[in-house]
Amino acid sequence: MAFSRRNFLKYAAMSAGGTVLADTPFISAEARAKAEGGNVKYVPTSCEMCFWKCGAVAKVVDGKVVKLEGNPYHPQSRGKLCARGQGGIGQLYDEDRLKHPMIIDGARGEGKYRKASWDEALTLVAKKMQAIAEKYGPESLAMMSHGSPGDYFTNVLKAMGSRNIAFPSFAQCKGIRDVAWELTYGHKPGTSCERVDLENSRVIVLFGTHLGENMHNSQNQEFAEAVGRGAKIICVDPRYSTAASKSSFWLPIKPGTDTALLLAWINIVISEGLYDKEYVEKYTVGFEEVKEAVKEYTPEWAAQETELPMRQIVESVRELCRYAPNVVVHPGRHYSWYGNDTQRARAVAILNALLGTWGRKGGMWLPAKAKFAKFNDDAPAYPPASKPPVIKGDFPFAGGEGVTQVLRDATITGNPYPIKAWIVAGTNLMKALPDQRLTRKAIDNLDLLVAVDLFPTETVMLADVILPECTYLERHDGLYKISTREAGVAIRQPAVEPMYETKPAWWIGSELCKKLGLNDYAVKGNGMDAWEGRMRRQAKAWGLDYDQLAKHTGYVSIPDSEKPYITADNQPVFGTFSEKIELYSDELEGEGFDPVPQYEPVEHPQKGMFRLIYGRSPVHTFSRTVNTQWLWELEKENEVWLNKKEADRLGVKNGQYVVLENQDGVRCNKIKAKVTERIRHDCVYMVHGFGHNAPRLKRANQSGADDQQLITKYIEDPITGGTGMRVNFVKIIKEA
Amino acid sequence: MPRYAMVIDQSRCIGCMACVVSCKRENDVPPEHYRTRVLEMVQGSFPDLTTEMRSELCNHCDNAPCVNICPTGASHHEEDGTVQINRKKCVGCKACVTSCPYNARYINEEHGYADKCSFCQQRLAEGKKPACVATCVGGSRIFGDLDDPQSEISIILRKNSHRVLNKAVGTGPNVYYINQYPKRA
Repeated sequence: MAFSRRNFLKYAAMSAGGTVLADTPFISAEARAKAEGGNVKYVPTSCEMCFWKCGAVAKVVDGKVVKLEGNPYHPQSRGKLCARGQGGIGQLYDEDRLKHPMIIDGARGEGKYRKASWDEALTLVAKKMQAIAEKYGPESLAMMSHGSPGDYFTNVLKAMGSRNIAFPSFAQCKGIRDVAWELTYGHKPGTSCERVDLENSRVIVLFGTHLGENMHNSQNQEFAEAVGRGAKIICVDPRYSTAASKSSFWLPIKPGTDTALLLAWINIVISEGLYDKEYVEKYTVGFEEVKEAVKEYTPEWAAQETELPMRQIVESVRELCRYAPNVVVHPGRHYSWYGNDTQRARAVAILNALLGTWGRKGGMWLPAKAKFAKFNDDAPAYPPASKPPVIKGDFPFAGGEGVTQVLRDATITGNPYPIKAWIVAGTNLMKALPDQRLTRKAIDNLDLLVAVDLFPTETVMLADVILPECTYLERHDGLYKISTREAGVAIRQPAVEPMYETKPAWWIGSELCKKLGLNDYAVKGNGMDAWEGRMRRQAKAWGLDYDQLAKHTGYVSIPDSEKPYITADNQPVFGTFSEKIELYSDELEGEGFDPVPQYEPVEHPQKGMFRLIYGRSPVHTFSRTVNTQWLWELEKENEVWLNKKEADRLGVKNGQYVVLENQDGVRCNKIKAKVTERIRHDCVYMVHGFGHNAPRLKRANQSGADDQQLITKYIEDPITGGTGMRVNFVKIIKEA
Repeated sequence: MPRYAMVIDQSRCIGCMACVVSCKRENDVPPEHYRTRVLEMVQGSFPDLTTEMRSELCNHCDNAPCVNICPTGASHHEEDGTVQINRKKCVGCKACVTSCPYNARYINEEHGYADKCSFCQQRLAEGKKPACVATCVGGSRIFGDLDDPQSEISIILRKNSHRVLNKAVGTGPNVYYINQYPKRA
């Protein structure tokens, strides 16, 4: 493309008429195809093969989506889609999709269902919800969700008077990290994406964050760009990941000891005077306390604790400091590892502060500045909660996103009050929460489990009522506020009509509202274009030209919103009590926690056992894409990575099927051994999301092993409630 | 007339497989067959390891054995230097499949013709880059015209030492591999 993306966008956002946009690539390609007599259209929309929400453009020929491309205007995709994004058509045309509403016709778990109409299914759900609310109180209705569908049921629950809504993305993923950074900087380390300025970084430090395998589109584009122009990568990982293979320093750390390394690094940075004195002076509080608190964490001590050579520990951090502040210690994403994870995230945040990376080129950009006019098209205010929600448990810093396993515990025990209904939207809880036995037990205690989903997953097939959502390629969903270096708005709109009897989640939620007599909370207007009408009103309120967005670009940036670096007239604003970066946290101290991170050793495996670690594949998202044709074809099953020497000792050959048994005697499906030099001797690794036990997912069923099945033990982070899930030990059994 | 070639900057490949899936969709490649693939080869022993990420595809060779051996003339050179298959002329005899030193071809069983990377001829005609290049997340695949000294590919090849796969077989490949960009000053 001859034009520069950002300049073009700014122009696009400002030009109201849209006539200058007549030759955007989509439109010109459509015109060309029409001239040749083809029935082709290009529809800009937003991907939902993962949560990164890239801008995508669907090529539709004769009513069929034939190709997906990245939207060149969208900052999360920049003209490219990853394998999953490319494979989205496989989800749309997957014959295993849920096709019509279903009502259970047997015992839970038997898999027997009967087909129902939408009217019958929604009437039943509403009736049961009302009965439960009447008998136990509205607070006994709960929801767990991931991705876009949950938005439309949050509404229903709040209107009923319940606030028991929780998202696995908090306690099972990134909530811990977000809390730690909020405590330190008063901000999360990103919303639409981590605000890491990788394209300008000279050194990038990754703690277990395996970019490349952990496929977040634009971030990986910048990572490759950084590698390509010679930026140094310091990779801390017990496994020689793709990112490790690009690194100047690979530190194959003993699992569970990352905080030891971080504290020793902080000690070195301070004691050798390598920190950014001016920055620390101007923007932080608590430096002296940190200096004092990390004194004992010497490189010698860390070398022993982490099993890394001392020379490597010292040289890597000196290299990092040499290029500061144009460096970044990546905040990471999935953070629920060992049950003391907030303090690890705090150590990362503190190290970044000492190097002055926040608001610096190559470090972490400052949030985009944009004001959106208030859009209040929705319902009146929600009624107050009938009773205080249970979702924060006893965790003083648990966020508003809730702690899923606390909700699960309350469902099992009935304390402090009974939880009798779950709406589960877009998440396969059996594979998201640790200890499946407890999830199943909680589900057995429910009077009503409603599943809103695309596929007959393990969790869906335990539901009393199954409500089939259509895919992201078949629905309007929203005008998304996108926050990267710049602020912008992106659209999701259908490329094709919904297949079978599937419906958009907004419609399902809205119809459910109506059945419950909550008409005020239903979407205004009738029919399948009601939500689009709302999007149009929203665009108008924000001063955007909806048709231009929908037809021409799929994304518009907010002009002049991008102010990434600290300058004299662009000073950072920290949302902490002190309005500075809190190296020492009074808030933590106030709740009885270490105000400066301290090292807490974790339990290590006994001889003959391995620590189970897990991660991502670039081809799959969680457990939700294994059945998708072209993605499944590339990776049908996962493998368990096992160190070569250990494999030789055990007599396990590469490619041989084995079974893993954990400390609680739980065994997984058979899984292929990947005998490799690329992992330490004391741990094994597998990609998360495989090992489905869902017969209606014909491709995915029984392929590979399920790491979550082996995670019967978890340790809750006392600060946030995040579930440390790398605390299970397995032995390898050869007779698979 | 351009002379098309591809450069694979291996240092920038992150093995994400976006190219592979994009190619399969763009070209309707049947299950279990590929026009392009990414190999990951690791050498050394713990903890001293190195990895090579290697994208492989048809090399569009100047002296292509598949063209030389094709009994019907289905496999041929286009004026732009690419090797293409005329599906109407192809009888599926597999001579080209076995003659290719790069294992780049397969037989489309459903339709009975040989198939392989075409540098997305249909996209080039629309002024687009090949699908794998367009979506390459790492920016590892670079495509362009060798006869244009100002093209990105020509500049990169001038600035970097490069190699081709299996040079000894003498087929004159047009897919070039480089391992890194020049170090920053």
